Amino acid sequence: MNSSIDNPLITRSENLERVINYNAKSEVSVKTKNSIKRSHRQIKTEVVFRRTLSVIGWLMIALVIGILLTLIWQSMPSIKKYGFSYVWTQVWNPTASVVNPEVFGALPFLFGTLLTSFLALLISIPFSLAVAIFLGEYYPEGWFSNLLMNTVELIASIPSVIYGFWGLAVIIPILGKSIMTSSLILAVMIIPYAASLGRSMIRMVPANLKEAAYSLGSTRYEVIRSVIIPYVKSGLFAGVLLSLGRALGETMAVTMVIGNNNSFPKSIFSTGNTLASMIALELPEATDDTHISALVELGLILFVVTVVINLIGRKIISRYSNV
Amino acid sequence: MESTIIKSVGYNAYFGDNHVVKNVNMEIARNKAIAVMGPSGCGKTTFLRGINRMHELIPGATANGQILLDGEDVLEMHPIFVRLKIGMVFQRPNPFPNLSIYDNVIAGYLLNGIKLPKSEKDIIVEKSLTKVALWNEVKDSLVKKGSFLSGGQQQRLCIARAVAMEPEVLLFDEPTSALDPISTSTVEDLFHELKRNYTLIIVTHNMQQAARVSDLTAFFYMGELVEYDDTKVMFTNPKDTRTQNYITGRFS
Amino acid sequence: MTAKKNISSKIKFRIGISGFFKGLVILFAFSCVIPLLFILFYIIQAGASKIKWSFLIHDELSDSAGILHAILGSFEIVIFASLISIPIGILCGIFFSENKGSKFTYWSRLAVDILQGVPSVVVGVIAYAWLVRPFHQPSAIAGSIALAIMMLPIIIRSTEETLNLLPDSLREAGYALGLPFHRVVLKVIVPCGISGILSGVMLSIARVAGETAPLLFTAYGCTFLSNDITKPMETLPHLINKFATQGDPKVLDMAWGAALILLFWVLLLNIFTKLITRKWKVQL
Repeated sequence: MNSSIDNPLITRSENLERVINYNAKSEVSVKTKNSIKRSHRQIKTEVVFRRTLSVIGWLMIALVIGILLTLIWQSMPSIKKYGFSYVWTQVWNPTASVVNPEVFGALPFLFGTLLTSFLALLISIPFSLAVAIFLGEYYPEGWFSNLLMNTVELIASIPSVIYGFWGLAVIIPILGKSIMTSSLILAVMIIPYAASLGRSMIRMVPANLKEAAYSLGSTRYEVIRSVIIPYVKSGLFAGVLLSLGRALGETMAVTMVIGNNNSFPKSIFSTGNTLASMIALELPEATDDTHISALVELGLILFVVTVVINLIGRKIISRYSNV
Repeated sequence: MESTIIKSVGYNAYFGDNHVVKNVNMEIARNKAIAVMGPSGCGKTTFLRGINRMHELIPGATANGQILLDGEDVLEMHPIFVRLKIGMVFQRPNPFPNLSIYDNVIAGYLLNGIKLPKSEKDIIVEKSLTKVALWNEVKDSLVKKGSFLSGGQQQRLCIARAVAMEPEVLLFDEPTSALDPISTSTVEDLFHELKRNYTLIIVTHNMQQAARVSDLTAFFYMGELVEYDDTKVMFTNPKDTRTQNYITGRFS
Repeated sequence: MTAKKNISSKIKFRIGISGFFKGLVILFAFSCVIPLLFILFYIIQAGASKIKWSFLIHDELSDSAGILHAILGSFEIVIFASLISIPIGILCGIFFSENKGSKFTYWSRLAVDILQGVPSVVVGVIAYAWLVRPFHQPSAIAGSIALAIMMLPIIIRSTEETLNLLPDSLREAGYALGLPFHRVVLKVIVPCGISGILSGVMLSIARVAGETAPLLFTAYGCTFLSNDITKPMETLPHLINKFATQGDPKVLDMAWGAALILLFWVLLLNIFTKLITRKWKVQL
């Protein structure tokens, strides 16, 4: 009854037994899910696999919480000693002497970070916007468009230290070490982030909207200005936020060309330091506990600022893709 | 007296709070072709997917009641065993795009990690492909990828894949709705052959198809099994007015 | 008559503006490429003369100083980072794509989003706090952990996005053949998405291969060939930074050579990624 009529090799129940490697009949007579689970390796593996996946999901949450707690815990000595004054103190002096006591204040670096990043952003926006419009609207397809896109993406893949080195060798002899120099280099580095996001957003603008404007006699520029840009406005903004997040945390290129001056920068052409460049400069050699914890606190500030900016950017993007 | 292979007793299926299959009681005899029809959203596909526990793969989907396969409740069995005994063919052909035609036929063994001697694999592939009338068309291109075939051939490959596992029952979820008329009639012809060895349950939108291929027909409406009878009786002399309305095209 | 002329001149003006704007866009878009070409050209010119066999097979302390220790160190640290991050990253990507919409997935994905935004120097600080400070010694393994943390979000995202593109019918085909969950995932889903997953892996390697900031106080750097992952180890980017900021013209030359090799390696990884995506793409 149970056997397959035209498979001479093997009966149906034998085949089933071979496939699942257990006697289905006898096992099912127990009729409890647990006994079946216990009896079979495949199913055990399935359960183990599912568990492993959830454990890894938990691991990600634990990792982020761990990072935050570690930063707070390691900067505790500095937080206890200086409290909030840390954020607005303008002096950073890790080597105590009779005249100058040991003191740590993050204000010059916080300001330096914001200044370099926003300056870089201002410089890069016209370029990234141009790439986004060119590749999103004027030449969305073809090998030429691909070539330009790949080249622009290549900008993001060149290591930071190489930008810094090049800046040191080529830009510094012309402009000197300054906040402006590091912003210029940063501007180049962050172009791809806003550009590629902007490009994909512009491509998503529905054709019928553009056609409606064209049918009313709009020129291409007018379509871009009054249909495309308003449509992708918040997406472009998100792209800019993501590049800002990049710029804030960028370390090596900035460290190498900003001049590494611990005092409050007087203008964009003076030397300075950023949160990231301070950590990169001083943490490798720091031995004093207060000094280390003050540096970690710089990292904590940097972490909080970049995370907030990135999350806002991602929130906007995800709202976009839901529409 | 025909022996019953599947018996549904008070089967209910839900998506979240949405009660989509309501208290279905139905007996299916061995080696018959059963057509399941009804308007869109009547729960016929959900019922079909409930038989081999595919229903619960959708997040939030639950079911209760009993579906007895040879007297064993599939809701109590591990889904893996259920699915090995009850094969399924889907609306759209879905051969594994990374496997060759040959490997697609024995995918059930291959992917379950069962080692078979080459000679036996060859026999299974030839037998299964012959059963779906595909052997002559593809025997010279078995190493090509499954996605290389036409839609109708792909669907027959998917049937061969299910047949190769030697299941008791084959479920078809609107198997021809994505195919052209010629491929459709090829697949319909297969049903007559397959019926000799397997019990077929075919969900279809197409009344002519139901009339052509099935021995018995079940009519679902709003999640309920309205009527279940011999196909000839159903189409000539339906008892329920809802069935009458559906068959005469009053609603669809 | 004048009104008509007025209108047509207005239209001409608008068309002119439109053309001008297009020119502006093209100008700005293409000037992005200039610094890139400039950098490539400059580094090739400055570094090419340095690339000799002896430069590649000696360490810094040898008579004919070379960068072998940094090349091998980079490889070792990146390989260890990959060993940690690739399995975790791929499994996490699978978890996200198989558990869409659950509350837990939402929070876990948010964590990955946060991780992606963490500046590399902060990741370095974390590895420093976890593995360098407690043992009072910089170590290559601390550097690997830092790089692994940076690789994770890239691998997870690309895995998840790739798997989400696969049609549900593929999963169903697997389940209908009686495959257990792990076999559906590992034998059906992952092989079909392998090109996307691999390109994510390659991309993450390319991204961290040039990282310096997280290595400054973790792998730290050293002057000779070392294979002990519990000790400091030199890497290419770190070596470039070290030499570039010393100011000595002789080591500056070595820095250019090292920069050329690093650039070559990173670009090769990027091109390789593109090729993989094309070659391994499964036709759905």
